[in-house]
Order: sequence, then C-alpha cells, then structure tokens
Amino acid sequence: MSRRSSQRRGISRLAPYLLGLPAFVWLGFFFLVPLGLMLVKTLQECNPATGACVMTWHWASLSDAWANSSTIIFRSLTYALIATLIDLVLSFPIAYWIAFYAGRRKNFFLIMLLVPFFVSFVIRTVIWKFLLSSDGLVVHTLQALHLVSADYQILGTTGAVIAGLAYNFLPFTALPLYVSLERLNPALLEASQDLYAGRITTFRKVVLPLCAPGIFAAFLLTFIPAFGDYINQQVLGGFANTMVGTVIQNLFLVNNDFSAGSALSVIVMGISLVGIVIYGRLLGSKSIGDFV
Amino acid sequence: MSVSQLVTSVRLEHMVKTFGDVRAVDDVSLEIHDGEFLSLLGPSGCGKTTTLRMLGGFEEPTSGTIYFGDVNVTDLPPYRRDVNTVFQSYALFPHLSVADNIAFGLRRKGISKAAARLRVDEMLSLVDLEGRGDRKPNQLSGGQQQRVALARALVNQPKLLLLDEPMSALDAKLRKTMQLELKRIQSQVGITFLYVTHDQEEAMTMSDRIVVMNRGRIEGLGSPRDVYEQPTTEFVATFLGASNLLAGTLEPGSGDIAITTHAYGTFRSPAERTPQGLTGAVKVGVRPEKIQIQPQGATVNSADNSLTGRVLVSTFTGVGNQYVVAAPHGEEFVVYAQNSGQTYVPRSGEEVLLTWPVEHTFVVQASGDPSPEGEPS
Repeated sequence: MSRRSSQRRGISRLAPYLLGLPAFVWLGFFFLVPLGLMLVKTLQECNPATGACVMTWHWASLSDAWANSSTIIFRSLTYALIATLIDLVLSFPIAYWIAFYAGRRKNFFLIMLLVPFFVSFVIRTVIWKFLLSSDGLVVHTLQALHLVSADYQILGTTGAVIAGLAYNFLPFTALPLYVSLERLNPALLEASQDLYAGRITTFRKVVLPLCAPGIFAAFLLTFIPAFGDYINQQVLGGFANTMVGTVIQNLFLVNNDFSAGSALSVIVMGISLVGIVIYGRLLGSKSIGDFV
Repeated sequence: MSVSQLVTSVRLEHMVKTFGDVRAVDDVSLEIHDGEFLSLLGPSGCGKTTTLRMLGGFEEPTSGTIYFGDVNVTDLPPYRRDVNTVFQSYALFPHLSVADNIAFGLRRKGISKAAARLRVDEMLSLVDLEGRGDRKPNQLSGGQQQRVALARALVNQPKLLLLDEPMSALDAKLRKTMQLELKRIQSQVGITFLYVTHDQEEAMTMSDRIVVMNRGRIEGLGSPRDVYEQPTTEFVATFLGASNLLAGTLEPGSGDIAITTHAYGTFRSPAERTPQGLTGAVKVGVRPEKIQIQPQGATVNSADNSLTGRVLVSTFTGVGNQYVVAAPHGEEFVVYAQNSGQTYVPRSGEEVLLTWPVEHTFVVQASGDPSPEGEPS
C-alpha cells in the first residue's frame, strides 16, 4: 500500500466529520452554550435591580420554582395534552387522505397545509383574536343564529387558548403522520382486507401499528412546543389560564429574576426530556425497518 | 394433475372494466373449474391483473357479474369473499412475525390462538419453512417471503387462490424451483389457482389451462398443448411461442382446408385444426420446430407444405440450430432443428427447401394489425 492511498483513506474517513463541522460548531455555540448558561444561572443568585448574579450553588431555586409554579405546570401539561390529542384526531384523516387519495396533487395539499406558516406565528394568533372577540365574526354568527346568549364570550377562556394551540401546531402533527402514512404500502391494506379484516380492523391491526413511530413523533413535536408556548395564552387567554411559558417570560423580562426564570425553564425542559426518553425507549431503539 | 370433473367453481360473465377512456377489461366471460390451475397470460396492459383484482374485490367492475358457485359476489368487499391473494410484492405485514402473518386470516375468522397456531405450523411445513415462525418477514429471503405469502393465503382454504405474478421478483433459477414447488403444493391442497403472468413458459409449465388475453379480451383458452398447437388467433400464435405466418385467402372446399397465399401458391391445413367461422383474409402458420430444412431440389412429400428460401442467419444454440430463412418475397421464416445428429446444416446464403407436414399447419384469422404490442413473432 502506498502512503498516498493510505493518506487518502484517512481523509475519506474524516470526511463525514468535516462535513458535519459547521453544524457542530453552530449547535455548540448557539445551543449548548446558552443551555449551560441557563443551568449556571439556576444555581446563582441575582440582583433584580442590577441584574448582577453571583454563584452560590443555590439548589433551592429549583424546589422554589416547583413550589411556586406546579399548578401552572400541570395546567400547561393538560392544555398541551388536550391540544395535541385534538391535533392527532384532526390531522390523521387529513394526512391519510393526502397520502392515499390526493394522487398527483399531493404536494399541492401539503403546501396548503403549510400556507398558514407563511405568516408569523404571533400575527396568526392575533388574527384569531379578531375572529374570536366579542364583536368578531365567530361570536356574532353564533349570536345571530341564537345559539349563544348576548353576553357570550370566547376570548379569554381556556377553550380559546387550547383552540389556539391546536390551530397553531396542527402542521407539526399532520406532517410526521403524513410521512409515516405515505410510506405505508397500499398493498398491505388490500392484503388485510383480503384476509377478512374489515376497514376498522385493518386500521387497528395494520395502519396504527405501522404508523406508531409517526404518531409518537407527531405527538412529541406538537406536545413539547405547545407545553412551553406563551403566545396563545397571552393573546387569546386571560389570568385564569396562565401557562408556564408566560410565567418564565415574566420572570426573565418583567421581574428580571434570571435565577428563578432559569430554574423554571430547567424544570420544563426536564419534563419534556422525560417524554423524549420514553420515545427512545419505546420506539427509538428499534430500527425504522421494523415498522416499514 | 387435477381430475377433470369440470365442476365450475367460479364464473365470470361479461366483465367490463374501464379506466377513463381505456377499456382495461372488455367483455370477459370465463368459467374456472374446481381444483384447476388456470393461468391468465398476456402482455402488460392486457387486462389480466385487472381481471384478478375484480375477482379479489379490489376493483369494482364497470359491468358484469362474478359468481362463486351460485352466489353472486360482484358487490361483496374483499373481506367477505372466499378468495385469498398472493400479491406481487407479497405484501407481508412487516410488524408481524411470520406465524402472525399466516394466522392473520384465521384470527379474523374467529379461530382461537391455539387452534390457529396448529394450522400455522402445518402450513409452515407445507411450504418448507418449519421453525421460521418467529422471524420477521424482512429477515427472510425473497423466495422464503414468497412462500410465507402463499402460506398466509392457503391457510384459509379459500375457494379460489389468486396469484398476481408472484415470481416476478425472483431470479431465474429460483423461479424454476418455485414453479415446480407451486405445482406440487397446488396438487397437494387441491385449491383452485388463478395465476396471472406474462411469462408464457411459466404458464405452460404449471397450468392445467391457459387463458391468453390481449387488449382486455380473451384470445385463446385451453390446455397448454391445445393453445400452443392450435392457436385460435394471430395474437395467440405469436405471443405463445414463435410462429411463421403467411397472409392468404381461404379456399372453399371439402377435406383439408386450402389457403391460397398471394405469392407462394396454396397451402393445406387439416379441417379439424381450423377455427370455426374463418372468412376472407387469413394467415397460414407453422411453428419453427415443425419445419424440416433440406437442400434445394430435395423431393417434397405430397402430404407436406413447402417453400423455398435463402438462409439469412444460421445459429448454433447447443440443443439445436436456429435459422432465419428469407422467402423469395421477403417474409422471414424461423426454423428450429434439434441437434440430434442431423447431417444437413446449411450456412447463411445457402438456398434451401422448407417442408412441413399438413397436420402441423394451422390457420388463423388475420388480425389486421400485424404485430401485437410487446412480443415480436
């Protein structure tokens, strides 16, 4: 073997890492460093007036944050869970239809699904505020049809917050579902029917198990951002339905209490991590090939 | 071999299926006998797969009726039909073990887990896969997956088993083995097989009867030997094996049928080998292996048809010699001579005499369209 060729082999072995380098640097700087800073801030004590922080290994800030916000955390989990379930139920038929019946216009319908994303998240939510306000289209229509009383209100209610979450995160549910349904060989559905399974049994015994990774991915991709979201609650909700994202935002930007804000963020992240670990345990260790 | 009791198990009446403007299946009527191995043979797009899919319930016929026994099943969904299918891609459930794949149909019919397990084991040994029940389909080879697909369908003991080109993903050698295997299994279980293929050799090897389809219609139907020796249409003559054909006109008369060709005089064909109702423009034909090649000037037996020509190509294929011979007006004849010690082996450019017995001469209606899509003659 010549030295030349062994050198070249060395480079080709390094190539994947070299190609990955920009991404590693990017993630290192803009993700890991802030994450580390947040963990450090959790253990520091800060002066809200000056913003100066001193490291005191103040572990109690975590337990304080939990004690102060556990109700709100549970509330946020509940809202996120309901919104995610609504999204799963709404987007499964959409994804199924696009995957199996849209034919050549699949891409068109996928883009239609993403069209709301062309408008900023905040603006979309503010537009919902106009729609749902007491003199807005929705309430007026319902009143005109005599379905609701004159003082009926949607804006500010928990329902409005959950509806907003469900609306804003729907594509995050629909797209992973679409991907897993699209990969499903339609012959499997025919085979199932050929073997005496009706439509419901085919769905239960073939479609659901084969889409399990997609459903779980859709769940996480929707649930985690919905759990930490503060826009929907601030624009569409009120005091009674404050979510944890709003609390964190206030701790950082209003109270200047970086330590408490960081501590609460760490807790929220920990809860999200639990979900991801479950995902990895349940489905991540199996190869995708087992499902497809 | 199935005994020909000729009990009709499935009957298709005037099946039509259109996709947009295309008539994929165009008035197909067919009786499938109980316990037979029937092949639907034809080029791609001939409507064979659509016919199979209508039988399975996956495609709704535009018009026509399907009877299983005396029961009209035309409007029944797949899961209410006593038919099972071996799909072209096998369509094994990737999330289920081999045993659970095979048990799928039994479990849906309400058979207990334990009872299903016994039947599954029987099936695994029938298809030579004992002890593989716990594997996942993707841990098996293509040939093994195909046998699982077969077992999964057969375990339900359907009235009719549909096989949609199940060998197309296998390599040539494995295909040969599986053909014999499939034939063995079919005679062992006695279930009616409807086998869709575009491979004429495959159809000939396994079938009790062959249905030759073209452009949505049935062009020929019979035992492999009958369909080969007595093609009923020009398409069948050229799609199933090779044929040498000359255009001509039917002469009225008794005894052997006489066909006058435009350039080569009159040929004769036995009356019993001539399809009923032939009129006007016909083609007279002979299979390449039925022709004897001789030096020009050899004597012609009075019971033979004959033609002179010049050898264009002479090829030695091991088991024989193949010649392409040009007749004086340009028609090319393919001649096949067995390598059994024949002394006369002409080279290209040589003038030769082709002779063949009247009894091996057949007549078909000229289709008007000389080369059917796909296979050349």
